[in-house]
This record gives sequence, structure tokens and C-alpha cells, in this order.
Amino acid sequence: MSQTVKKNLRVLLLSVGLAAVLHGVIVPMVGPFAGKLLTDIGMNIILAVSLTMVNGFTGQFSIGHAGFMAVGGYVAGLITYYGAFFLWGSTQLVPGFFSPGVGLFVVACLVGGLVAAALGYLVGLPSLRLRGDYLAIVTLGFGEIIRVVLQQTNDVIFSVDELRRASFATLVTSVGGALGFTGLPFYTTAFWVYVFVALTVVVAYRLKFSSYGRAFLAIRDDELAAEAMGINTTQLKIRAFVLAAFFAGIAGALFAHEIGTTLNPRELGFQKSFDIIIMVVLGGMGSISGAVLAAIVLTLLPEWLRFFAEYRLIVYALVLILMMILRPQGLLGLHELWEQSWWPRRRGKMVSS
Amino acid sequence: MTKLLQTLMDGVSVGSLYALIALGYTMVYGILQFINFAHSDIFMLGAWGAFVIAQCLGLTLPGAHAPLWAAFAALGGAMALCGTMGFVIERAAYRPLRHAPRLNVLITAIGVSLLLENIGQLSFVFGTQPQRMPALFPDTTLCTVLGVQLRLVDCMVMGIAVTLMLGLQWLIFHTRVGRAMRAVSFCPHIAALMGISVDRIVSLTFVIGSMLAAAAGVLYAAKYPGLNQSAHPTWILLGLKAFVAAVVGGIGNVRGAMLGGLLIGVVELFGAAYLSPHLRDLYVFSLLIVMLLWRPQGLLAQHRLEKV
Amino acid sequence: MVAAAPGKNGVVMSALLSIEHLSIAFGGLTAVDDFSLALPTGGLFGLIGPNGAGKTTIFNLLTGMYQPDHGTVRLNDRLLTGLRPSRIAAAGVARTFQNIRLFPQLSVQDNVRVAAHVHTTHGMASALLRTANYARDEAAQQALALRLLALFGLDDRALTRARHLPYGDQRRLEIVRALAMEPTVLLLDEPAAGMNLQEKKCLRELIRRIRDEFALSILLIEHDMGLVMDICEQVVVLDYGKIIAAGPPAQIQNDPRVIEAYLGEVQ
Repeated sequence: MSQTVKKNLRVLLLSVGLAAVLHGVIVPMVGPFAGKLLTDIGMNIILAVSLTMVNGFTGQFSIGHAGFMAVGGYVAGLITYYGAFFLWGSTQLVPGFFSPGVGLFVVACLVGGLVAAALGYLVGLPSLRLRGDYLAIVTLGFGEIIRVVLQQTNDVIFSVDELRRASFATLVTSVGGALGFTGLPFYTTAFWVYVFVALTVVVAYRLKFSSYGRAFLAIRDDELAAEAMGINTTQLKIRAFVLAAFFAGIAGALFAHEIGTTLNPRELGFQKSFDIIIMVVLGGMGSISGAVLAAIVLTLLPEWLRFFAEYRLIVYALVLILMMILRPQGLLGLHELWEQSWWPRRRGKMVSS
Repeated sequence: MTKLLQTLMDGVSVGSLYALIALGYTMVYGILQFINFAHSDIFMLGAWGAFVIAQCLGLTLPGAHAPLWAAFAALGGAMALCGTMGFVIERAAYRPLRHAPRLNVLITAIGVSLLLENIGQLSFVFGTQPQRMPALFPDTTLCTVLGVQLRLVDCMVMGIAVTLMLGLQWLIFHTRVGRAMRAVSFCPHIAALMGISVDRIVSLTFVIGSMLAAAAGVLYAAKYPGLNQSAHPTWILLGLKAFVAAVVGGIGNVRGAMLGGLLIGVVELFGAAYLSPHLRDLYVFSLLIVMLLWRPQGLLAQHRLEKV
Repeated sequence: MVAAAPGKNGVVMSALLSIEHLSIAFGGLTAVDDFSLALPTGGLFGLIGPNGAGKTTIFNLLTGMYQPDHGTVRLNDRLLTGLRPSRIAAAGVARTFQNIRLFPQLSVQDNVRVAAHVHTTHGMASALLRTANYARDEAAQQALALRLLALFGLDDRALTRARHLPYGDQRRLEIVRALAMEPTVLLLDEPAAGMNLQEKKCLRELIRRIRDEFALSILLIEHDMGLVMDICEQVVVLDYGKIIAAGPPAQIQNDPRVIEAYLGEVQ
């Protein structure tokens, strides 16, 4: 077995093991409410880390991340709901840890991610060819368009007869409209969430600390100079964007199948995109551990400070504005938590990463 | 035929509103090279501001004969309010970041946008309920041409919009101040060396842009009296479409913004009338993608090269 | 057209970089007008002229930042005009900038490694899977970076952020970065700007050394006449976008047109 395969197998086993521990040990210990929080944290980590690949690594400004979430969620929902019906005749959840239902779910997540990635390519290609802030407007528009289009869809089909009679086109557009895609089976567990969290973090880490990662950071620092140094900035910006869209799609798929949430266009609009942006900015754009930390903090905070829920967005907005003026690098800047240079060391020694 | 003309008129009417908003975006981008995301919220503020003023003036729900001076008072008041807001926002949030990387200012702009929206939602400000704008102009039809009704509202909207745009055109191309603004948009550094106070010009740009957006907001509310609450996506969408207008016309180009606004308005209304009314935003967005693929610098802009 | 060896005996040294009738106008202003140059392998040419003459514009045209209105640029008969800058860079044309454009937040080492990315053989998937190919490339990149930095005396600060370096070191780092691309042509844009006499003396040696050790051809924009006259084999003088004189330094120094157009800084 080659070194590469061994290395990757090790990482895989570690991730699966951690996810299993979280699911099998921690969640039962802390109860269902905290368990749901844990899954929410996991999804937000995926979202924040993936967004930092675009905003942080390449310095592009994407503000439609929730739109890719929606795409991933709805596509995955179509598969687990209508797909299940065509496979097994019923849209109910198939119990068991590794049941065929779960298998379908995992496939659905991945397909959701891929479709989101494909859309990411379509959206990114025209906007990332250009230097400047066009991506921001296009992604904002994309997020809103997705929301508007989803709101126009037909109701979810419940009756078995109707399902049998429906054409493919009808099925694809019967995702609930403004009311949301109800009736999706609740396959999302802490285990699967954290398996994907591990995947996202490993990919982000390996990307950042590689030749490609340095190229990304160069683009962020000075796109023109990066281009002059032989880096095809358009191609790399698109790749980062597509990758980020993929993970956002997965997060959306996980969100769609979570107990206690209904996949609905309103919830995945600009506000959600903003929530993710503030995680990335707070953590430090370009810092993976920063994004993880911020995701944890900002998922827990609204729960702990329920009383200020009404003012939550106002506080976030103010924090964001003040941070940009006073500490634009966020908590960790480009650094990672494990990089010693971040810890305030002896005075006078100006060592950086 | 009637439908065609009616749609055309609606398109031009809405388009002129887009143009007013787009002007704010394009002027700020021309001078500072940054997209002021909070601009759509100024537009929202204009509409809601006019509502509050109308209420204070004792105007009641549609049906009552609102005196014409009241409409202009609401317009003037809203413009003054928003002009001030624009000034304050620039001073407090954007000026400290004048020399920061662009990404930072963009994020701040988003923050300001959200701040305005959510403060507007507070119960002691505008509240979370949609409201209905009292009729600023009496609902009379001036005349009917070729089956198309020329309502007073539409005429006032277009008239005021055109007047404001002509005023801006005169300001920018025929006054000293306008020349200073154009100089700053070409090269702030050199303009400063020529004795132009860049700070003042920037403030002025924000004030003018905000006033135009406010006017657009009031006129929009006059035409479509159902006012959604401040955090409702409608406002973002309208602002977004106005920005598309600015890009289509050529970002940084004032005449481009006007042209772009009209184009977007017509495209949207024709799409809504002849294709599906629910996908109106999609038509505008598709136009954006097409423009970015075909001619990203816009219809009227000249390709400005970045100095290496 | 300036060439290294005039074809008197019929043997013409083929130019490495052949620039023909390059022109560009911005709006109504013609920035570069019918610029032609043949840079031979191993040549060290200088490009001088008053400020605003169009020298950096020519560099931008050569590297693909601007598309010329007329004219072509060829590297070993391969057409470069019309390609995007990263492709031209990959073909072997490296440059430094008039105003330093390092990657400020990256370390000294990473600045150099980024330039070496152009020669990676592994794809992004390999990087994500951490294959042996990836490991090989990384090691090679690191080795190249440290070797180059050591040559220029910057390896002791390999991990410092580029923006923390003093000015003179930043200029040197820019050159190192360009060399990491393993180019065949090096375009230096005012490398001596802001340097004192001592630093300039070192720079002269450095440039010569680079040309010899790395088998490069160098085109140099400079205002420091002493430096240009000292190290350049041929000098091209530009004024208002047009070539007004070209030839060996001694000839240029005494050319009345040059003296008239450009009272250069004689050190």
C-alpha cells in the first residue's frame, strides 16, 4: 500500500472515529437539545470554512453562499424524498445506521454538493474573469434569484397516486414553494455532519498549505502581480469558488434533513449568507481554525443570549463595522491557531509565519 | 398594441426610478471604486421617511385629497433625511477605511446595510409590519392615449425623475463642482494636488447620491404604495436591479446609469408582461450575466486601464 | 530595429525576444509608437527615456498586461501577443515592477515559492491527496526558494513577512521572485530606484551575475545613467513613445537628440 493511500486512510479513519465518538458518546450524554446544537455547529463550520476558501484564500467577495446551500439542500431533498419513493415505494425514513436509506442520503448529499458546484461554475465564470467586485453583486443576485425561483415552485406531492402519475419535470418543481420542502426524512445525524466537517477541514487545510494555497493567497494579496508570476488567476479563483460551493451544497443537504428544520427559501436568503460572512470575518479571513472557532462561538451565542435575539443582527452589524475599522484581520487574521507566531511572545522579536 | 405601450410606459416609469438609484451607485463607484451596498437601504429609508412625514402631516389613507405641497414636502423631507444619512455613513463608516483594502470596505458596507435594515425593523422606528403609503398624488388619469392611461402618478414620477436627472447632468457637466467631481473620479491624487478637497467631494457625492435614492424611494412609494418592512428582501432586490442598471450602462458613467436604468426597467416590465410575472428578477439578473460575458465595462463606459 | 550583431557578414544572431512595431494608444494619446527591438540570448539591454516616455507601458505590453493595437512580440518565434499574462510568464518572461509589488502578507520564502508554482507538475487533486508527486514538487520548490534566497543573502529572513523587509531588501526579493520562475527573459523596471550609491554598486554586479549564472537575457528600465552606461551592451532611448536613438552606451551618450530630449541624471 503506497504512502499516499496509507496517509489518507489514516486521516479517514481518524475522522470517522471522531465523528463516531461525537455521535455515539457525546450526543447521548448531552441530550437532544445540545445534540442539535452540535449538529448546527458542525454545519456552520462547513459553511464558514468553505466560505473562507473564497473570501479568505483568494480574497474574492462572495455574498451568496446561502444560495448554494439552498441548491444543495433542495437537490438532496429531491433525491431522498422522490428518489426514495421510486426505489422503495415510500418516502419514509429507512431506519438503521447503515441502511439503504442512509446510503441514499449520503449520495444525495454528494449530488447536492456537485450540483451546487456546477452552479458555482456557471456563476463564477463570468464574474471571476473580471477584476473587481463583480462577484459580490453576482453572488448577491444569485442568492436572491434562487430564493425567488424556489418560492415559485409547486407544493410537495404527498399522495402516492399523484407521485406515480407525476412526470419528472413536475417532480423537480414540486418542492414546496414558499412553505418549504416539508416531509423530508431526518437522516442528518452528528456522525454524518462531522464526517463532512472533517472532509471540509482536511480539504481546506491541505489546500492552504500547498503550492495552490500559496497561489490563492498571492491572488488575494495582489492579483495583478500573481498573474505576472504565472498564476492563471481566473482559473484558480473559479476553482476556489466551485469548491466552496460544493461544500455549501453539502451543508445545505445536511440542513435539509435535520430534525427541527424545514428547508425553506426564506431561511436561506441573504441573512443566512450574512451570518456566514460574519463568522468568516470574525474568525479572520483565511484562517481555518479562525473560521471553526467563530462558527462555534456564533452558533452558541444566540442560544446563550436569547434575550437579545431581537437585536442580534444589529449587534452583529455594529460588530462588523467596528471590526473593519479597528481590527480588520478578525481574531486570527491569516494565522492558524497552532501557529506559534500568533501567540504574543517576547517583545521585540518580529517573527511571522 | 395597448399592452405594448402600457408596458413600455411602465417600463420607462420604473426604469427612471432605477436610474435615480443607479446614479448613486455609479457616482460612488466612479469616485471610490467601491460598491456601496448600503445604498439600497437609503432608498428604503427614503420611502419610509416619506411615510413618516406624511403621517406627521396628517395625511390619511388613500381617498383623501392630499395637497400637492404635502407631496413635495414629503419628497423634500425624505431627501434631506437621506442626504444627511449618506453624509453620516460616509464619515463614520467609510472614511476611516479610505485606504484600507477594498474587501474591508465592502464588508463594512454590508454591515451598514444590515444595520439600517434591522434598526428600521425596531418597533420604535418603522416596525415589523408593512404599511400603506397614503396617496401623495391624487389618483387621477390625465388622459388616455392609444388606450394607455396616463395617470397623474406616473407623470409626476417620470417628471420628477427626469428633472432630477437633468439637474444632476447640469451639475456634473456644467459647473465647477461637477468638474471637481469628475476630476476626483479620474484621479483623486492629482485632483488633491490641484487644490480640490477630495474629502468634501466624496461627501458631496454621497449626499447627492443619497438624495436621489431618497427621491426614488418616495416616488416608488407613490407608485406602489404597499411599503414592506425595512428588512424585507424587496428593498435589496430593487437596489440590486439598480446596480445591474449601473453596470449595464457602464459603472462610473453617469449617463450610463440613466440609460441602464431605463433599459432594466423596460426589460423587467416586458418580461413580466409577456413571459412570467414571477420571474421578473431573473430577467434582470440574466441581463447582468450577459453583459458581464459580452461587455463587462458596460454600454457607455470606456475601458479604464489599471495603472501597473 | 536594434540587434546584437549587425548582419554584415550575413550571419544574424537570432533574437530571443523579438519585438516588432509595437504600438498602443489610450484614447487619443499614443503611448507607444512603432517600438521594435531584438533582444538576443544573453543580451543586457537598457531602455531609458524621460518620465512618461512609455517605458513601463512597453513592459506591460510585453508581459500581456495591455494588448497592443499593432505589432507583435515573439519569444523564440513563439507568438506572445494576445496571450494572457500568466501564459507569457509561463513561457519564460519574468518581470519586476516600478513600484514594488510583492505579496505583502506572505513570507519572503512564500513570495519566492509562489513564483515557482508556474512549474508545478502536480494538479490540485494531487495536492489534496498529498501524493508522492506533490511531495516531490513541494520539496523542489522549497529547495529552489532557499537556494535563490541564499544567493541574495535573504535566506536568514525566509520566514519574515515580506512587508516587514527594508526597502532595499524588498527590491532584491522582487528580483529573486522573478528568478524563481526560471525565466529566459528578465524585465527589470527601475531596479535601482531609491537606492544609495553603495547599493547601486552592488546592484550592478548583481545584474551582471544574474545574467551570467542564470543564462538570461535582460531588458532594463533605469534612470540612473551611470548604471545603464556601465552594464548595458545596447541602450534604447524612448521619448513620447518613440525610439529616438539606439546603440551602444558611448554612442547614446553623445547623441544630440538624446541630450536634447533627456537631460539625464549623470552620476
